[in-house]
Amino acid sequence: MKPLLAFVFSLFLATPVLAEIDIQQVETPLGFKAWLVEEPSIPFTSLQIRFRGGTSLDAPGKRGATNLMVGLLEEGAGELDARGFAEAREQLAASFDYDASADAVSVSARFLSENRDAAVELLRESLVNPRFDQDAIDRVREQVLSGIRSDAMDPDAIASATFDAMVFGDHPYGSDPQGTEQSVTALDRDDMIAAHDATMTRDRVYIAAAGDITPEELSALIDRLLGDLPETGPALPPDVAAETTAGTTVVPFDTPQSVAVFGHEGLAIDDPDFFAAYVMNTILGGGSFESRLMNEVREKRGLTYGVYSYLAGMDHAELLMGRVASANDRIAEAISVIRDEWAKMASEGVTEQELEQTKTYLTGAYPLRFDGNGTIARILVGMQMDGLPADYIASRNDRIEAVTQDDVKRVAARVLRPDALRFVVVGQPEGLEEPQVQ
Amino acid sequence: MKKLAAAAAAALCLAAPPAPAQDSPATPETGDQVSTFTLDNGLEVVVVEDHRAPVVVHMVWYKAGSADETAGHSGVAHFLEHLLFKGTKTLEPGEFSRVVAENGGTDNAFTSYDQTAYYQRVAADRLGLMMEMEADRMVNLDLSEEDILTERDVIIEERNMRTENDPSALMREQMGAAQYLNHRYGVPIIGWRHEMETLGLEDANAFYHRNYAPNNAIVIVAGDVTPDEVRQLAEEHYGPLAANPEVGAPRERPQEPPQSAERRLVFKDARVAQPYVMRTYLAPERDPGAQREAAALVLLDKILGGGQTSVLNRKLQFETRKALYTGTFYDASSYDDTTFGLVVVPAKGMSLEDAEAALDGALAEFLDEGVDPAQLERIKFRLRAERIYQRDDVGSLARRYGNALTTGLTIEDVRAWPEVLQSITADEIVEAARKVFDRKQSVTGYLMPVDGPAPAGEISQ
Repeated sequence: MKPLLAFVFSLFLATPVLAEIDIQQVETPLGFKAWLVEEPSIPFTSLQIRFRGGTSLDAPGKRGATNLMVGLLEEGAGELDARGFAEAREQLAASFDYDASADAVSVSARFLSENRDAAVELLRESLVNPRFDQDAIDRVREQVLSGIRSDAMDPDAIASATFDAMVFGDHPYGSDPQGTEQSVTALDRDDMIAAHDATMTRDRVYIAAAGDITPEELSALIDRLLGDLPETGPALPPDVAAETTAGTTVVPFDTPQSVAVFGHEGLAIDDPDFFAAYVMNTILGGGSFESRLMNEVREKRGLTYGVYSYLAGMDHAELLMGRVASANDRIAEAISVIRDEWAKMASEGVTEQELEQTKTYLTGAYPLRFDGNGTIARILVGMQMDGLPADYIASRNDRIEAVTQDDVKRVAARVLRPDALRFVVVGQPEGLEEPQVQ
Repeated sequence: MKKLAAAAAAALCLAAPPAPAQDSPATPETGDQVSTFTLDNGLEVVVVEDHRAPVVVHMVWYKAGSADETAGHSGVAHFLEHLLFKGTKTLEPGEFSRVVAENGGTDNAFTSYDQTAYYQRVAADRLGLMMEMEADRMVNLDLSEEDILTERDVIIEERNMRTENDPSALMREQMGAAQYLNHRYGVPIIGWRHEMETLGLEDANAFYHRNYAPNNAIVIVAGDVTPDEVRQLAEEHYGPLAANPEVGAPRERPQEPPQSAERRLVFKDARVAQPYVMRTYLAPERDPGAQREAAALVLLDKILGGGQTSVLNRKLQFETRKALYTGTFYDASSYDDTTFGLVVVPAKGMSLEDAEAALDGALAEFLDEGVDPAQLERIKFRLRAERIYQRDDVGSLARRYGNALTTGLTIEDVRAWPEVLQSITADEIVEAARKVFDRKQSVTGYLMPVDGPAPAGEISQ
């Protein structure tokens, strides 16, 4: 075994590989814009479509409409009922996934080159001509209701829902996008049609593709796929400030391990301090074994299996969030350690060594993300949603490299707010200081 | 709409990544991507080439999992997996992951019944460094009492998260224990809590020295590398390690006696919001050179439970509407006898007894009616298409090889598997179904809420 000192040298000599991603920007005759990475070596295409808005566009009194509507897109379209649609999709060995989040309706598709046209026709039917048959509505509604009831008994879901309600109140971000048992029970077919027309519109769509397809083929495909959707929908919700106070909210729940979510206001991806904040959070709680939170809470004290923090950028709000779970008699100590680390980072920033190690990690890891058609298409559509230019990929590592120790210290003091750090704990926690029981 | 699938699926692996599915590994399309060789010390190496991005995944799989533990020390295989991130004779605790991170990589590990695996995802030019460190901890682990105590708390919190906080997981644990009368598959991978609490340095070291050696390991490298490069680096880093004759003997585990009595259990927990019924049957697994029956069961799994067009979905969700959700699961890659599982979530107004009766009725009808040829053809076409999609994710291909080679299969078995699947007939599937659906070898579990008031969480919401 060679002495491991050799590793240290390799750190300084190695330059991160560059992400060589050739993004072609396609504009279709109907005016849709899409990003494409052509990769003809495997005969299939990954396609990612996002409609900005998502469940936040639920009409007043119709909470859960978008979520249910999206669950129905694959339950019958055009001439095909639910099973007919599923059989047709299987026959083509294509996969279509539909999802609704607070900010977007997402469609992820994967299809073979050998039957691409047929796959696109089928996908188009689900986007443009969903049937919303009553029996499908009834069937999927029961599944959604079951999910709502399960979430009411799930410590993680309870913690997130409680935090969201506390921070966002009446804003759509403040309530469960699935809706309530009552609101979902009241939804009817007209609500599905209205939700479809509101959330899947031409003016809010973002498209990316990667795989065995040319720009010309993609252009025609997109116009065929999306050309018959409604032009525009209702106004997006307003921005909302995330207001929190320091403290710990407890939701009593009889379970052995307390689950805690915590956080306060974050900052936007277009903020000039974003990269410094991103580097800072990576060091604080960025999910790897190297973060301070993992080191202090797990490695040194064995208080948890996992603890992390992240910058949660949404379209209309910014959060800096985290999660930890510890046995009921140990969660108080975990929370105390996290609060101390929060305060320490806010006042002292990071060491030069931490900064250098983290930059090496972030710049080295970035190009490794682009390792398949599926991942590349997902990254590209996310970049468009975030308003990033296509040449961002080439400059991203330089922005990380440009972050200085002073930047991190200044931004840590700006972003981390021990006086606003709110914990929501679900469980039977013991020994918390001044818990506010809900 | 498939949100319920995740809730009802049984997690078989303590891992960051989900347990890989078991269909279609090597193929005509992918076959030329994969090459293998063996070092003089017995270390098997598999190389999966993909030159589209400058990335490699480097994995070391040991043919040792929780089912190779000795009685009374459950959880030690997984505990040791955690402890491999502590020090060696030359690496400080935590240094392994730190070096990976400083090189822009990510690393993790997972433990299952039959295997323990460690992996890193890094730039292709760091492969040698990863091998150097993995070779080091394969033989030079150096643990302290202090590491043990803290990390034991961590695995107990992991058990809290995965199992104690999740009534479904608790019921699956009870069902597993009822399914296996004698085999270690009946003991949870993470361990029984009371035994985990007593695990110590000696237990961890004993499992390490009994199982970790080049002749009991498989290295898999997937990504932007050539077989020649990998061979050279493997010779350099793993080559000097001596084979350990004490390690790697055929795995002798307590085997199941004939199972002659159906088992039934009811698991009640106040946290259950959605009751369901689950049934598992003892089932054969893929064996070297004899994969047809397992292949038939893989297809049966898709026919009965593979989404909207499946038999159970059609009969119970669409026709009789007695179920809110139906599903099946079968893990063909297993060293010893595995299970075939079915789950039914009853529709509103249906009891668990109704759901179970509906399930048994549907299975009986299926055995009478046989396989719909059109459905079988669609499934086979999808399996062929999977080989194309799979080339986009060499990591999954790597995991399939790792799973197979640590469960007694050979490279030839992996290569033959897709064609075996394609060649299975409808008759073979029905025959395999008749054989596997033997109630004497089954466990039926009801997951239910306790009677009485709901827990506080619901009230305060």
